[in-house]
Amino acid sequence: MNRIDAAFAQLRERGETALIPFLTVGDPDRETTIGLIRELEAAGASMIELGVPYSDPLADGPVIQRASARALEHRITVEDCIRVASEARVAGAELPFILFSYFNPILQLGLDRFFELVKAHDISGLIIPDLPIEEDGEVRELAEAADIHLIPLVAPTSSARVAHIASRARGFVYCVSSLGVTGVRSDFHAGLDEFLLGVREATTLPIAIGFGISTPEQVRRFGEQCDGVVVGSAIVRRIEETLPLLTKQETRAEGLAQVGDFVRQLRS
Amino acid sequence: MSTIPDASGRFGKFGGKYVPETLMNALIELEEAYTHYAKDPEFQSEVNELLQQYSGRPTPLYYAERLTKHLGGARIYLKREDLNHTGAHKINNTIGQGVLAKRMGKTKIIAETGAGQHGVASATVAALLGLECKVFMGEEDTKRQQLNVFRMQLLGAEVVPVLSGTRTLKDACNETLRYWVSHVEDTYYILGSVTGPHPYPMMVRNFQRIIGDESRRQMLEQVGKLPDYVVAAVGGGSNAIGIFHPFVDDASVRLVGVEAAGRGVETEEHAATMTKGRHGVFQGSMSYVLQDEFGQVLPAHSISAGLDYPGVGPEHAYLKDSGRADYLPITDAEALEALQLLSRKEGIIPALESAHAIAQTMKLAPTLGSDQTIVVSLSGRGDKDVESIMSYLGGDADESH
Repeated sequence: MNRIDAAFAQLRERGETALIPFLTVGDPDRETTIGLIRELEAAGASMIELGVPYSDPLADGPVIQRASARALEHRITVEDCIRVASEARVAGAELPFILFSYFNPILQLGLDRFFELVKAHDISGLIIPDLPIEEDGEVRELAEAADIHLIPLVAPTSSARVAHIASRARGFVYCVSSLGVTGVRSDFHAGLDEFLLGVREATTLPIAIGFGISTPEQVRRFGEQCDGVVVGSAIVRRIEETLPLLTKQETRAEGLAQVGDFVRQLRS
Repeated sequence: MSTIPDASGRFGKFGGKYVPETLMNALIELEEAYTHYAKDPEFQSEVNELLQQYSGRPTPLYYAERLTKHLGGARIYLKREDLNHTGAHKINNTIGQGVLAKRMGKTKIIAETGAGQHGVASATVAALLGLECKVFMGEEDTKRQQLNVFRMQLLGAEVVPVLSGTRTLKDACNETLRYWVSHVEDTYYILGSVTGPHPYPMMVRNFQRIIGDESRRQMLEQVGKLPDYVVAAVGGGSNAIGIFHPFVDDASVRLVGVEAAGRGVETEEHAATMTKGRHGVFQGSMSYVLQDEFGQVLPAHSISAGLDYPGVGPEHAYLKDSGRADYLPITDAEALEALQLLSRKEGIIPALESAHAIAQTMKLAPTLGSDQTIVVSLSGRGDKDVESIMSYLGGDADESH
């Protein structure tokens, strides 16, 4: 059974919402990412989105753009990101890994090679933000064959497309909270409740919400409507603020604990 | 071959719509509106009227006799897109998309710009049609092209400096798309080249094909036969596709795209996307991309800000891989030399972009006979570049654009 399905099944039994943090792999370096994955799991993360840094992150706001740029200073590749996940697994992480990557780095690695790697290294899900259903045919087939869930995004503007997208979804359906890029915000799309209801009706899979969620209140509010809540930029920003601690060997543990505390508070 | 793209926006394997789901609805809406108005005679006549009365079309096809004699070989004809209002071919597209935006009921337009030519053409059309206009421009470019920034502001547009990434055209494109995602309801994005997701490469080509349609007709009228070669500079590739497209089915006409080789294709400072790039997905479409082996997009370099772009329109990738068109690199130094030659021989100061096409023509013409002809797309005038040319020729090494 795919780890994502198992995680949602367990959460459902306990009546809990999945907390899905996002971080950019290699920000600020690989070792710290492994430490952060372990820390976030201990802080209550149910699964984790591992962002592959990219030079042109079209769907991302300034916080994740900066994280990408920091990680790319070490020329980190898709393959490196998959190996970082694998090392975190060896170090004891049990939560499901969802790789978040723009399409071109995957394409340049080669689709066959990419799916060999994700399968071999226990990646459970895949989000490719610039690969809409019109373009995902080959990736979808390879993902199915490898039992990797290709998790689609639906937006408040997807309207007529929601049913089609949801019908082909695997793992869960990722609902974009508002129009725009990733990043902290206080106001969400006006028709959000209706949008979420529409997605709920279109699928039997769990639904998760993301883009702009940053506070315990928001996590609570959306936890009532959705099965999972993704928190990205708020955590990446916290990592950015903690860089002075994270980048020094003697203070790294303290930095990790501060990021962990932030995630713990989101659950409170 | 001229019936591409297919319904999914594919030119062979190239093109498509590689964008976040948040943009898909806006692209579908745009495609539907464009498909509808492209067949609407009223829309067509409004666009054509503006092209004629406002921009001054048709532009002349000018026989460059002194240049021809100097080079000794094929007869050279210049398609004078530099004589358009605002000084370049860019306005062909902004008039078309501006009128479309208005028909779609949008009150605001946004545009990306590198050197500022597309930004100026967008700001111009916004003023003309009474639309609000924001132009996204890399911070680096706003410094290098202060005059165009002021020009856009004079026209009533807001220039938004882009601070992300390389702070040049590629990041201005990213930022415009990001802004569009958050403002799709009232905002129309006038994309300036034959790049980006479907339907832009098709739509912009169709608004620019007037360059080739006129050239083809003018050759038949003035010379009595089709040209042997058509030469045009390629950055994103809109003036080149515009002039190539109507000739694609004329097998005897050879199509030559000219890329910016910057300081040389053997260096890391060039914008020769098709000579040195590989197939990849960048800013919404599959095409050639300048990238490292791991798929990260590389910064481009050219003396010409309009060619300084690591991607290229998908239809060019298709023309290259099918062998229908050839793409050749020209260095900064060769372009500068061509610019001076054309200025002195014909009294025409070309834009640095167009100077690349002239430079290739300087290599090509002497290898051909005097019974043969070359049509060169003189896509823009050089006024915008005079200041940077002055510093290049004056030997100021710090000025790279």
